[in-house]
Amino acid sequence: MENLISVKGLHKHFGSLVAVDGIDLEVLRGEVLGFLGPNGAGKSTTMKMITGYLAPTSGSISVCGHDVASHPIAAKTCLGYLPEGAPAYGEMTPASFLNFVADIRGLTGRTKTDAIGKAVEQINLEGVMRQPIETLSKGFKRRVGLAQAILHDPEVLILDEPTDGLDPNQKHEVRSLITEMAAQKAIVISTHILEEVDAVCSRAVVIAKGRLLFSGTPGEFAGHSRYHNAVTLSVASDIGASVERTLDALSDVSSIESAALDGDVTRVTAIPKDNQSIVGAIHNCIRQHEWKVDELFVEPGRLDEVFRTLTTTAENTGEETRS
Amino acid sequence: MSRTLIILKRELNAYFATPVAYVFIVIFLLLTGVFTFHIGELYERNQADLEPFFRFHPWLYMLLIPAISMRLWSEERKAGTLELLMTLPISLVEAVIGKFLAAWCFTAIALALTFPVWITINYLGDPDNTIIIAGYLGSLLLAGGCLAIGSFISALTKNQVIAFVISFVICFAFNLSGFPLVLDMFSSWAPQAIVDVISSFSFLTHFDSILKGVVDIRDIIFFGSLIAFFLYANVLAIEAKKGS
Repeated sequence: MENLISVKGLHKHFGSLVAVDGIDLEVLRGEVLGFLGPNGAGKSTTMKMITGYLAPTSGSISVCGHDVASHPIAAKTCLGYLPEGAPAYGEMTPASFLNFVADIRGLTGRTKTDAIGKAVEQINLEGVMRQPIETLSKGFKRRVGLAQAILHDPEVLILDEPTDGLDPNQKHEVRSLITEMAAQKAIVISTHILEEVDAVCSRAVVIAKGRLLFSGTPGEFAGHSRYHNAVTLSVASDIGASVERTLDALSDVSSIESAALDGDVTRVTAIPKDNQSIVGAIHNCIRQHEWKVDELFVEPGRLDEVFRTLTTTAENTGEETRS
Repeated sequence: MSRTLIILKRELNAYFATPVAYVFIVIFLLLTGVFTFHIGELYERNQADLEPFFRFHPWLYMLLIPAISMRLWSEERKAGTLELLMTLPISLVEAVIGKFLAAWCFTAIALALTFPVWITINYLGDPDNTIIIAGYLGSLLLAGGCLAIGSFISALTKNQVIAFVISFVICFAFNLSGFPLVLDMFSSWAPQAIVDVISSFSFLTHFDSILKGVVDIRDIIFFGSLIAFFLYANVLAIEAKKGS
């Protein structure tokens, strides 16, 4: 498929601080790329360089085939960008603000009216079009920013924390919107919310200390978890200890975690060696010992655990090289 | 519509969207009135010209223009809208010129609203209106010079108060650069040529010659190149400060 964003050997230094340290990235049409990483990892800086706001210290970026450094206007024309915090001119109303952005983007007459109408409808802004933006709630401000970004139906959409500050319903709306638009565009979103990766992204990328640590599908990301293919079962507390012992004795199980829940129930999690499937073996055990099991499920993997492992390892190695 | 014009329109609307524009215009008209009629003694002089009106403009602008220019870029940087603006398909030069022209148009509107003074003098006597037109032109050029300085300073800081104070001081220095107060600081150690250059930067000298009705091309070039220089510096300042 068509390659809409291409980033090669990207570096960005702010004085002695290295914000982005050699990132290569390609985003195809139809992909939704989730940018993950701790605060200060270089996510926003990378986005600012892709959108042409900041110039890279070295490396090259092309958007829709236009080199961002040598043809900035052409690149900016085919991308929509929601900067972090969704900045907008506070004294303007969404109506005048979107009109301004449409003018700058060269939309005129009927095309302009239609584009604004469509964006307003998609984002549900009708009710607040005549209120100054500074008087709007955080959720509406964010939506004004989103409307501005999708106004010209760009091929490339860069959204820096698009759901930050939204309530669960609004988050759901924005995610549905992203999924809806995904087929025709290359979309990059940054987020702290790991479920978002599962919900909307077709590929996840983890950045820490300005380096790319992981790139793969949300499934592959979860696969990095030591909980991937782990089996959790809940049993009555009086047989909890014997269940733990039996499962621990299985050859493919590397360790056991257990937690006592309310109502005399113990939840036992068996973590497999090398993420192999152990649900069959455990099922046999249950039948053999005739345990009464309240719940039984296979874990896909814990995203927050993978995130923590990936990013804290990066930090530790960073410190080692410095000392 | 060119993108510079779109920026101009938005910025001009932004002035009138808040009370800033109205407060500025009222204060400007009030102060020109006070200066012209009380300190400049327009009536008492018994001369049909607007010299007492124009004479105080450099001092008024020194104080009031930074109040218009201080928000131009500081506000954008502080609110984060600079990032939005600079990722729209528009060049920095277009944005800088558009914003500058908006502020300039705004001062032109304020200046145009002083027309009752012009009507008064025409009612009272028979002034040379070409000299008055030259005076308005000179005043507008002077305002442009102050605005370009203010716009540049505004690009350097996110803090509007700092932008105001520094612009004020620089405009003050430009006003005074033909006066002993400034020249004495240099004449003791700098060669005469440098002292002459500094004195030639005086807003007052260039403005005075236009006020006399002598629209010398050199004065226009002075203000024109001053504006161009500071707007260019403005572009460089934004480029350098974008990431911070």
